[in-house]
Amino acid sequence: MSNNRGLDHDEKLLFEVGDISKTGVDLPDPENIKNMLGSSCSDTEIGLAGLSEPETLRHYVRLSRKNYSIDAGLYPLGSCTMKHNPRLNEKMARLEGFSEIHPLQPISTCQGALELIDLISTWLKELTGMAAITMTPKAGAQGELCGMMAIKQALIFKKESHRKVVLVPDSAHGTNPATAAFLGFDVRTIKSTQEGLIDFEDFKENIDEHFAGVMITNPNTCGLFESDIVKISELTHKSGGYLYCDGANFNAVVGKLKPGDLGIDAMHINLHKTFSTPHGGGGPGSGPVVFSKRLENFCPTPLVKKINGKYDLIENLDNKELSNSFGRLNVFHGQMGMFVRAMSYMLSHGSDGLRQVAEDAVLNANYLRESLSMHLTPAFQGYCMHEILFSDEFLSDTNVETLDFAKAMIDEGYHPMTIYFPLVIHGALLVEPTETESKQSLDHFIETLKGLVARVKNDSDSFKEAPIFTPIRRLDETQAARKPILRWREEVPAKA
Amino acid sequence: MADIFYTKDHEWIKVDNGEGVVGITAYASEQLGDIVFVELPQKGMSFDQGKDVAVIESVKAASEIYTPATGEILEINSSLEERPEVINNDPLGSGWLYKMRVLKPEELKSLMSEEDYNKLIGAKS
Repeated sequence: MSNNRGLDHDEKLLFEVGDISKTGVDLPDPENIKNMLGSSCSDTEIGLAGLSEPETLRHYVRLSRKNYSIDAGLYPLGSCTMKHNPRLNEKMARLEGFSEIHPLQPISTCQGALELIDLISTWLKELTGMAAITMTPKAGAQGELCGMMAIKQALIFKKESHRKVVLVPDSAHGTNPATAAFLGFDVRTIKSTQEGLIDFEDFKENIDEHFAGVMITNPNTCGLFESDIVKISELTHKSGGYLYCDGANFNAVVGKLKPGDLGIDAMHINLHKTFSTPHGGGGPGSGPVVFSKRLENFCPTPLVKKINGKYDLIENLDNKELSNSFGRLNVFHGQMGMFVRAMSYMLSHGSDGLRQVAEDAVLNANYLRESLSMHLTPAFQGYCMHEILFSDEFLSDTNVETLDFAKAMIDEGYHPMTIYFPLVIHGALLVEPTETESKQSLDHFIETLKGLVARVKNDSDSFKEAPIFTPIRRLDETQAARKPILRWREEVPAKA
Repeated sequence: MADIFYTKDHEWIKVDNGEGVVGITAYASEQLGDIVFVELPQKGMSFDQGKDVAVIESVKAASEIYTPATGEILEINSSLEERPEVINNDPLGSGWLYKMRVLKPEELKSLMSEEDYNKLIGAKS
């Protein structure tokens, strides 16, 4: 039997499909060639696979069908906010004035684009209650880097470079400690309580004269609101540090609270999560960063400013506003196409609509929590925010592990949730449905998960076998990490 | 006869004549799953008790290793670079991570005996 599953093909590499003796085009033989390369001229084979046009087309169409996306179905990855990207966004992003411009063309010929950057900046500052913004970071992790660079710049400016310790909770996204370490800070982990929140006492104990700041995600990766956030920000500021907030989970609180009111000094916003621009194979990220009054003079250049009725990009570090800036973060001005999509999303929802998005996202997660709490094991008691975290306790008297359970979901037509993250929960399963899903969609998902849980005890072997309905079943992740094969090589037939 | 102590973070240290051998427990290696990468400290470096000295990466997660005692690194198990699976196969033996000179033997009192450690993981599983 082949490895094809139904009409889903076990797609080979082009080199396995093609043949160097074939070609997809019929070109006339070249005539009168004058060799201008001397001895560098070569007419030997270069080993590229020859393919006909239909072979090429089929290869790429089949590959494209393997790209699972929110357009194809529920995508419950926790901490990823895989929400629907309204097609109006796409229409707007394709308007010529946005899509056909170049970052180096004269400012006077792209005033509309700059106006849009200014408008989205205003909306994001309003939604977050912050003093300043930079739009240039290309994704969440670069946004984190940008925010932490501003903090580092502020410390240099205050001649407090001895402040080298950044505190990060043990439930944080891995990018948080990585960012701090990349900038030369010493990372210290702070513990979570039994309730999944930052242990305030442990936080307090870790503050000393080397304290530079703390990086917090709120709501955190356990799907819970850090209720001590104001106490944490007050102590942070009193101790001479800065509070960075990872804005990955902003979707839960848009229009409900302003991060600026909580005492946050810098926060990145994932336009590709909260504001619906496509991501995860569907498009590039975009991670603008907002800053408090305490950091506004330290953000990167350029700034978009309206001067005498005309928009301009301000870059000159002699400018008073920019004299403490750490300079440019990126060559150009950010992901223009994503700004347009996010702005289209915000304008079409309006401020009331954005608030309802947050409410519906939280409602959906809690509907899942309530419906599944007798079947899977919620990691924490009580309501959650935009995502619900389960532990693997419901699998404890079986030989099925979280990974097996996730693989079995694929056979049932569902992309698995985030698993084994956050690390603080054993065998974690983190589900974020977002506001995109209807009650009908959630009910079907719930029934499917209940069905799987019911099967766990009597039919655990089938979980170990899963997935069955995919051309490639389980990847050998261990060997892929220990002995990665990074290059295809032709199999040389053994000599007879 | 060497004494063996355990930390609540699932490291063990076997101390004999002022020299300690450090590794992770069988429970920890099971929980981590297949280990694919190990980053060890350099010989000659010194660390205080509880400081992160090494990183172990498995197919599930990357975990920091905290040194059970204050001291200087005398030797590292460099064979783990090529064959990190040895930790999974023999965590208490050939899967050791590093050897150290124990500078503050009195610290060992703050660690757990085998019996206490087994109680701790018994409560977890």
